[in-house]
Amino acid sequence: MKAQAGTTTGAQVTERTVKELCDLAQLAVELAKRAGADDAEVLVRDGSELTTKVRLGEPELVQEAGSRALGLRVLRGGKRAVTYTSDLRREALEALCAETVTLAELAEADEYALPPDPKLLATRIPELDLYDPAVAEVDAAWALKQAIAGEAAARKSDARVTNSEGATWSRVLGATAFATSGGFVGGYRGSYASLVVEPLCDDTTDPTNPKKRNGYWYTASRFLADLEAAEAVGIEATRRTVATLGSRKVETQECAIVFDPEVSRSIVGTIFSVANGSSFWRKSSYLVGKEGELVASALVTIVDDPLVPRAPGSRPFDGDGLPTRKNSVVDKGVLAPVLCDVYSARKLGRASTGSAGRGIGGNPGPTTSNLIMEAGSVTRQELLKQTGRGLYVTSLMGFGFNPITGDFSRGAQGFWIEGGELTFPVSEVTIAANFDEILKRIDLVANDLELRSSTCAPTFRVSHMTLAGTSK
Amino acid sequence: MTTTLPAALRAPFSSGGASAIDAQLANRLLGLALDAGGDYADIYFEFRVSADYALEEEQVRTLGRGITLGLGVRVTKGDATGYAYCEDLAWEKMAHAAKTAGQIAVGGGHPPVQIPALKNIPTPSFYPVGTPSLIVPAQDKLALLRAADKAARAFDPRIVKVEASFAESIKEVLLFTSDGRMASDVQPLMRFGVRAVAEEGGKRQSGSGGGGGRYGMDYFADATRDAAAHGREAARVAVAMLDARDAPAGEMPVVLAPGDSGILLHEAVGHGLEADFNRKETSNYTGQLGKEVASKLCTVVDDGTIMNSRGAINVDDEGYAGQSNTLIENGVLVGYMHDRLSAKHFGIKPTGNGRRESFRSMPLPRMTNTSLLGGKDNPDDIIKSVKRGIYAKRFSGGQVNISNGDFVFSLSESYLIEDGKLTAPLKGVNLIGNGPDVLRRVDMLGSDFELSDGIWTCGKDGQSVPVNVGTPTVRLSSITVGGTQA
Repeated sequence: MKAQAGTTTGAQVTERTVKELCDLAQLAVELAKRAGADDAEVLVRDGSELTTKVRLGEPELVQEAGSRALGLRVLRGGKRAVTYTSDLRREALEALCAETVTLAELAEADEYALPPDPKLLATRIPELDLYDPAVAEVDAAWALKQAIAGEAAARKSDARVTNSEGATWSRVLGATAFATSGGFVGGYRGSYASLVVEPLCDDTTDPTNPKKRNGYWYTASRFLADLEAAEAVGIEATRRTVATLGSRKVETQECAIVFDPEVSRSIVGTIFSVANGSSFWRKSSYLVGKEGELVASALVTIVDDPLVPRAPGSRPFDGDGLPTRKNSVVDKGVLAPVLCDVYSARKLGRASTGSAGRGIGGNPGPTTSNLIMEAGSVTRQELLKQTGRGLYVTSLMGFGFNPITGDFSRGAQGFWIEGGELTFPVSEVTIAANFDEILKRIDLVANDLELRSSTCAPTFRVSHMTLAGTSK
Repeated sequence: MTTTLPAALRAPFSSGGASAIDAQLANRLLGLALDAGGDYADIYFEFRVSADYALEEEQVRTLGRGITLGLGVRVTKGDATGYAYCEDLAWEKMAHAAKTAGQIAVGGGHPPVQIPALKNIPTPSFYPVGTPSLIVPAQDKLALLRAADKAARAFDPRIVKVEASFAESIKEVLLFTSDGRMASDVQPLMRFGVRAVAEEGGKRQSGSGGGGGRYGMDYFADATRDAAAHGREAARVAVAMLDARDAPAGEMPVVLAPGDSGILLHEAVGHGLEADFNRKETSNYTGQLGKEVASKLCTVVDDGTIMNSRGAINVDDEGYAGQSNTLIENGVLVGYMHDRLSAKHFGIKPTGNGRRESFRSMPLPRMTNTSLLGGKDNPDDIIKSVKRGIYAKRFSGGQVNISNGDFVFSLSESYLIEDGKLTAPLKGVNLIGNGPDVLRRVDMLGSDFELSDGIWTCGKDGQSVPVNVGTPTVRLSSITVGGTQA
């Protein structure tokens, strides 16, 4: 895939932009100090987007814009305040700094809210290859062509596709800079492009209750050349959508549950939501006190790796200005020391793992970068064959997870497994168990791990969960 | 709003502001936007000041404040939309955004359309606010957080942890359209929230309380919803849930408590009645106008005119006044919620549902305050009528698949009904069903309609907007309950 020759769009983010943002961040730190802050931390983001959407072969939306914003956090004797603005004129920044210092005065002192030890700050920004100039060279016309090609392939590949929710090709380009009064300054640029295709079918299996069935497939990468072909994305989207025709409920029962990689990664994301410094010091996780203990099956190994070149979740420094590093999250079922930012680490009486994330208008907190569950050894076919019968889950719905108790109950859609094969599509059921049981019952992990997104996992099986559907 | 705001809270683009935008300037921008041949253009200016306060571990931990300013330009050509925005009121920046959005029409354009003289459209006032909370000293709001914290801890010694938060904003919008309309609005919004954790014998449970809407500080004057009342409610739920037992799994009757249960309605039918999905024929409700889609007991209304409600709008983000729209009447589908594009497609008047999250997004048909109206049954009789089922009292959220109507929603407080009485509290309950199907199963409707206290935010296509919901007590003859006890 390549953008048309000669179509420069002026969207490029240059090293010079990064330098400008670093200078701006340092200036704001300086202004905040002058306004009376003991310490100040400033995050500046500059981003631009191009979104093109087509539906039934016609352009539906072309959106193009850029924006820049600055977030300031002031610390004053353990008191803190956070502000943000898109008005970056010097006089506006001076006013913002003064206001933030005044605001911080109203907070109560928190002995743990101190800047990191300057000795720990990152001094070298590793090059992680996160920006692709080719993504910036794409113009709206080329993006529309990709979307049109993806949607057309989806509609052409199966006559049962009767409608479309469209196809969207979009890209985001951005630069981030961060500076602190402790002496950290750093910045980097990034690019991200994606294509999503969403076909639609009419399902008249039950003539008294005709339904629409939708589905999607996507490709996404920081690099234009790493995107899958639009046609292939469209064909896969249709395969996934058509397969759901005739979905029905199954009887309430206990059975094996197999999670497709699109869903297993959300389970892995849920593990992080209860295994991080913030949920630990707040005691809002059922895993509190279980570091070093077996919390999952020995088949489960998960790492968080911010240093993978070109990967979507990579970052060269964290939201506290500390160097990033690869951390273990779960090692052969044993819970590793949880991911921490500086604040949660202090609350827990330990050192940061370099896992701070920070947004423009907020305090830093532990976040994942590339959260990856290790692949197992069996193929997906073999895993299904060994399963015999159960539910293969392709999507989950709803928010039924209680982090304090671990109670987990979510709506599920997928396919019934019988004789080791996917038979008919299933919907309108829930699957439930305590999360502790779910993780410990993972008894087969497939070898189909693909790094498609910042959180990823292979197909895996949970020996049994409660499936709620129709009454017996 | 009626109060005069201090200069710092007024938009620089409003009349008298540092960069006032008048009809003449807007006219020039609209001209640029339509230069390439678009059919229609609008320009949406937005200025938003927000603040938030959080208390944790009995301490005020963080205070935050933010300012957002920008404008979005939209140009349509048939069903296609060009959209661009900028965060600067300098002429060149605005002109660039206008031209960029206009590019959608390049190639297939016609001579520029004539823009009539811009006229202010009259707007009603559904959220008169005595004292906007943003102009009240921060200390007063911190006092509310402390009051909630104290009340929650005093409620029961088993409360071990309390978090309280207050968020407030004032959004000022100014809109110009190429069909000659001009509209402005000032929209206050506040939300108060408390979360409490109870602990006993190694068991931990949490509960939450809160509310708000398009109010000022007067919201807290009512003792049923002052800061302490929200603190006690969070504590009550947390303590009640300590005794929660595993929920049953399978199909059974469910009684929905009044108020918050409207989230079921919002997810199960509301989204499917947003006209963009029906214009594109991607909703289950496509082509169902005039047909019976729910039990005869059901009348569903989306009403943007409910005073001070979180979802109220004087004027929508396309310049049409907020109004009340009946969607389902005695079980029959009578109307959809429209934005300009879908109204044009269906050949009807816009319904005041064109909303956007911010100047960075194009408007879409969205809900405002969506309610299932009350019926005739005594709420106690409804509970008494159930031999074995679930009483759903509080909800933590929901989700729907618009195309097939399947929805899930999660209960944060629910009870088992046995022989017509509420018995044990239940944990980890999800209800799953299909929108059109579940409304056909409404077989008793209470006379106790309630609007939820304003806490809900609705997400669609990545855009969040404040909404509200309401219902009376409702009996569903049968729905799938996702517990663990098969």
